[in-house]
Amino acid sequence: MTTKLFGEPVRRREDARLITGRGRYLDDIGAGALAAAFVRSPHAHARITDIDVEAALDVEGLVAIYTYEDLTGPMAEPLPVLIPHPQLHAPRTGYPLADGVVHHVGEPVVMVVATDRYVAEDAAERIVVGYEELPVVVGIDTARAAEHAVHPDVPDNVAARHHQETGDVEPALAASPHTLTFTQTIERSACTPLEGKGVHARWDPDDGSLRVYSSTQASTSVRAAIAAKLELSLDRVEVIAPDVGGGFGVKIVHPWPEELLVPMAAMRLGREVKWAEDRREHFVSSAHERGQRQEVTVGFDDDGRLTALDVHVWHDNGAYTPYGIIVPIITATQLVGPYVVPVYRVVVESLYTNTVIVTPYRGAGRPQACFAMERTMDRIADALGLDRAEVRRRNLITPDQFPYDHHLTFQDGRPVVYDSGDYPGLLEKLTALVGWESVEERRAEAAGRGKLLGAGMALYVEGTGPGPYEGGHVQVLGSGKVLVSTGLTSQGQGHETVFAQIVASELGVPMEDVEVHTGDTRRFGYAVGTFASRAAVMSGNAVALAARGVREKALRIAADVLEADPSDLEIDEGLVQVRGTPGASIPLRTVAVLSNPLRYAFDEAAKQATQFATHDDTKPPVAPGDAPGLEHRDYYSPLRSTFASGAHAAVVEIDPQTWEIDVVQYAVVHDCGNVVNPMIVEGQVHGGVAQGVGGALYERMAYDADGQLQNASFMDFLVPYASEVPDVVIDHQQTPSPLNPLGIKGAGEAGVIPGSAALASAIEDAVGRRVAAMPISPSELYDLVRDDTAERTAASTRRTGATA
Amino acid sequence: MKPPPFRYADPGSVDEALDVLAAEGDGAKVLAGGQSLLPLLAMRLAAPATLVDVNRVPGLDRVEASAGGVRVGALVRHAGLLRDTAAAEVQPLLARATADVAHPAIRNRGTTVGSIAHADPSGELTAVLALTGGSVTVARPSGRAEVGWRDLFVGPLETSLSGPAVVVDAFFPALAERSGTAFAEIARRKGDYAVCGAAVVVTLDEDRRVAAVRAAYLSVGPVPEVHDLTEAVAGKPVDSADWAAAGALARTLVDPDTDLHATADYRRLLVGVLTERTLAEAAAEAAGRTAA
Amino acid sequence: MTSIDTERTVSLTVNGVPREARVPVRRVLADALRDDLGLTGTHVGCAHGVCGSCTVLVDGEPVRSCLVLAVQVQGAAVTTVEGLARDDHRGGQVLHPVQEAFRECHALQCGFCTPGFLVTIAAGLEARDAAEEITEEEVDELVGGNLCRCTGYTNIKKAVRHAAATMREDAR
Ligand SMILES: Cc1cc2nc3c(=O)[nH]c(=O)nc-3n(C[C@H](O)[C@H](O)[C@H](O)COP(=O)(O)OP(=O)(O)OC[C@H]3O[C@@H](n4cnc5c(N)ncnc54)[C@H](O)[C@@H]3O)c2cc1C
Ligand code: FES
Ligand code: FES
Repeated sequence: MTTKLFGEPVRRREDARLITGRGRYLDDIGAGALAAAFVRSPHAHARITDIDVEAALDVEGLVAIYTYEDLTGPMAEPLPVLIPHPQLHAPRTGYPLADGVVHHVGEPVVMVVATDRYVAEDAAERIVVGYEELPVVVGIDTARAAEHAVHPDVPDNVAARHHQETGDVEPALAASPHTLTFTQTIERSACTPLEGKGVHARWDPDDGSLRVYSSTQASTSVRAAIAAKLELSLDRVEVIAPDVGGGFGVKIVHPWPEELLVPMAAMRLGREVKWAEDRREHFVSSAHERGQRQEVTVGFDDDGRLTALDVHVWHDNGAYTPYGIIVPIITATQLVGPYVVPVYRVVVESLYTNTVIVTPYRGAGRPQACFAMERTMDRIADALGLDRAEVRRRNLITPDQFPYDHHLTFQDGRPVVYDSGDYPGLLEKLTALVGWESVEERRAEAAGRGKLLGAGMALYVEGTGPGPYEGGHVQVLGSGKVLVSTGLTSQGQGHETVFAQIVASELGVPMEDVEVHTGDTRRFGYAVGTFASRAAVMSGNAVALAARGVREKALRIAADVLEADPSDLEIDEGLVQVRGTPGASIPLRTVAVLSNPLRYAFDEAAKQATQFATHDDTKPPVAPGDAPGLEHRDYYSPLRSTFASGAHAAVVEIDPQTWEIDVVQYAVVHDCGNVVNPMIVEGQVHGGVAQGVGGALYERMAYDADGQLQNASFMDFLVPYASEVPDVVIDHQQTPSPLNPLGIKGAGEAGVIPGSAALASAIEDAVGRRVAAMPISPSELYDLVRDDTAERTAASTRRTGATA
Repeated sequence: MKPPPFRYADPGSVDEALDVLAAEGDGAKVLAGGQSLLPLLAMRLAAPATLVDVNRVPGLDRVEASAGGVRVGALVRHAGLLRDTAAAEVQPLLARATADVAHPAIRNRGTTVGSIAHADPSGELTAVLALTGGSVTVARPSGRAEVGWRDLFVGPLETSLSGPAVVVDAFFPALAERSGTAFAEIARRKGDYAVCGAAVVVTLDEDRRVAAVRAAYLSVGPVPEVHDLTEAVAGKPVDSADWAAAGALARTLVDPDTDLHATADYRRLLVGVLTERTLAEAAAEAAGRTAA
Repeated sequence: MTSIDTERTVSLTVNGVPREARVPVRRVLADALRDDLGLTGTHVGCAHGVCGSCTVLVDGEPVRSCLVLAVQVQGAAVTTVEGLARDDHRGGQVLHPVQEAFRECHALQCGFCTPGFLVTIAAGLEARDAAEEITEEEVDELVGGNLCRCTGYTNIKKAVRHAAATMREDAR
């Protein structure tokens, strides 16, 4: 790249509206629309015996009530299994409104539409649903025990058994000088974006078209789902993601029941209808993630080098599997991390429970994978009495081993082949950044202050930017304005800025001239969505390719006008000029005008392109194979994912009286290839780390045995405030990806991945007890340290002179 | 999460408020800062027929600090009490505890008296009222009466007030001579209700020996309780008293519950630790206030 | 005689402009601002007082607008994020230093929490002596009561320092 915008910390253009209150989030749209509210199941598993709406009917302002009985055609069928997989042998999905049986608390049973949300809630409150309670399955152990089934035709509660292996693990373990076997658990958490989900729909009866706004990460696919379910032609449906108040994965799932029901109601009523999810609804009816139990057996030699790894994971997928087994696959395949694992076998059993669905939350199975692998590294170090950084170093894939094939199949159905990286480089930077060598001194210093200090680290490799594709469209208008659109959506990642930087750089125009639109099917109909840290890689490259197409055409047209060879032309600051010949130039906007031969001069600039202003009568105004307009559409479809990497270290101080855990240092080294905007990438890291710390020390979806979510509020589900988030120091490494034109890798999810692993390691290092379950609260830590049966680390025994 | 329908009145005097409360019957509720009541309404966990908003009643927004104690009017916001230096002078525990109530935006609206009327055993001010041996003035159609804290708190989020009643102020007796206080709490997140908290007062005799030690705790029982810990350290010179012994005694006196955020055992642990820590601080203050 | 109502007309000043709305008495201020007065810059992230995204200034002080009834602000002056910038008397606006700082320091990502932070911090910075250098305790206090799920707060704290520094310059 030659121009200065790519790689610069350009300030975000979306901010101007967001800091002045002029953002347009879902609930800001459609003032005066009818409001929807839902009667949701209060039971985790029950048969619906009766729905009595009588008492709701005299609520003033009530407009409509819908139950399953009112659904017709495809709406009465189960919601789609979005990502089918041969190993998902028993997929189950719910219905837009429950058909006879509810499988988790929060499942929608009745939809109410009224003049406003207050009234809709009044009516919903008066609807009496009769239930006959059924046995409830909550938690992985209960699901495995299978005394009761979530779905009667899946008696063992196993939805999928995902299995991959790279060799014969049993003989390899048998031949290993050392082996260790252990079990760990990680609890449920959730994305909890500050804006809940939401849908607004407007039906135009005159032309039979539907416009839907949804707070989604995948507008094109929501559109296709609505068209299919409501039996509309695709061209009659438009879906737009407005400003979205955070996603983190939960808004990639679709179609949510409400995304279908709100448009259905709008069509039936001929009125605008809106649903803005409230916080309580979000807790009990949007998706969660993370919950896993892991059994790890590892073989290693005297130097701590891995010889074999055998992992069995039980994954809680909630009541349904609309998103397939993506999270299990990611856990299975990303577990190997930056290490050489000679023989690897993994089985992930995905289990039904009577809880809300489990679908990707930032990191999507990787935090669990990282927890398994990194804690394995810690255990090997502990067993052999080696430094934890050293054991990692010995096992890392080295820079000369790329492309590195793990012989696994990734979430996109493609091989796990790491494209590039420098993992020893990451580790070296990390140990320097955190001061790994001086941890013992700091431990002693902290002990003098009555604190237990511990340090931990965790490395990860993250497959980012999976296909199948994204597209971009770039158009230069006669005004000089450059319109860029791509189909994927934005939830705060600064795409308007990043894509503008890319296009401005590629095209040679000032960034102010570039206007970017995302997530609007009216502008770009083909897209996959924003997930798996793929936006910059996929749409970034697509808009770059589209810009290159525009550039090529512009040079061709300008070369004609300037009577020069296209290869002698350059574009700078919106001016096409002959290199080295000042004055021989034409503004790009004039090229845009000339690109569209005209009959009518609708404005001053257009005159230049009208039929009596141009003179070449040897060819048709639009040459064969050419098209009017200075625009280009292109797609980027990668062969496979690109693999970003990173390393985190945490230092904690623990008060041995209260067992409060204070994260006193948090260091990150991060490699996402070439960086378009370092300011934005750092912001992503900060946000990810905060979620990682939250997931390790504060957040947990606490279900009781009856399937009631005990902490369905921000009062009790502890999203950290600033006071709980440590300051983060960041160092960068850039190993470009050879797979895509811009050499970039994804950065969106990375920050969250190693949080639980690094903090568990640090806490374990501080207290000398094995930490095998995360998250951990001070109360749980207190239980751990006074439990005589809790395993002590060998390191702590060595430190205290083998007294324990 | 929208409040259910209710009727609303904002009377201009306590008497008018009582009239409305009387006329509206059991379904009527006083609305003060709304920082506890409105979340309950949003979750539809409460459905009062009528809200009687006392915010327009004049004269209830005063803090009166006198030698005997601090009288806090029903419309004094947490933030207002926190800023009141005269009150802090007379009863330092007020500001120390109020600083740990929620976040500034909530303190700007929520009232001290409201948090007492709300009777949350996790609230800071319920514990302070108990420890200081305070009381509230309750206005009823029949007249005004002082109700001591012991008679007021009957259960979690439950007071003995029934029928038409407005708490017009709360009275916190002054910190006694030769006494010191301290407050500390541990919350999962800063600003959250405490997992456990302790408010203590230490009183010395003229020889700077420990004469009395009392403590009240947050989030350890259904209602605020005051525990006398004097026996653990009675008669000890202030500089050599074994506050850990008092902490150990405290642990045997409390009977906390387990919830989402902490086990009963952990709370008991914290009772011990916080007692020891706050007593040392309070003792230092008491010593400073006692001529050598 | 005290009137007992189910609906009321509320008159108040919003961002310096007198406004009036007829509202059911149960309507919370956040909804009245958004739905009745069309000021959608104030966001509702939890509706139970914890997240702070609905924070507005009532008579200059930050309060949770999800925990105040619209009828309770009768006669009050309310400032929302839309009212932070000043009119430059030339048809444009001068952003408040804290707005500028948020942009400069990348203190927002999705922007949903941002209005609540902005009004809280603006009020806090205006209430202090601008000539004094801001302390870390002050910074923590100003950002400590609002949730942000995107930024990890690092850049929000940076923006507070930045805005305080700007206001300090201006105060000289
Ligand atoms: C996010 C959040 C965090 C919080 N954290 C804490 C915390 O850490 N510690 C803490 O103590 N509190 C906390 N609170 C609650 C806050 O302190 C409230 O202000 C307080 O509990 C109630 O005071 P209020 O004036 O808001 O009362 P309201 O909400 O108006 O009323 C509460 C109850 O008391 C009754 N009542 C109020 N005033 C009177 C009166 N004068 N006469 C008769 N009855 C009356 C009402 O009828 C109602 O039943 C928190 C609140 C929120 C939203
Ligand atoms: S919406 Fe008011 S505090 Fe969250
Ligand atoms: S910027 Fe998204 S919640 Fe703060």
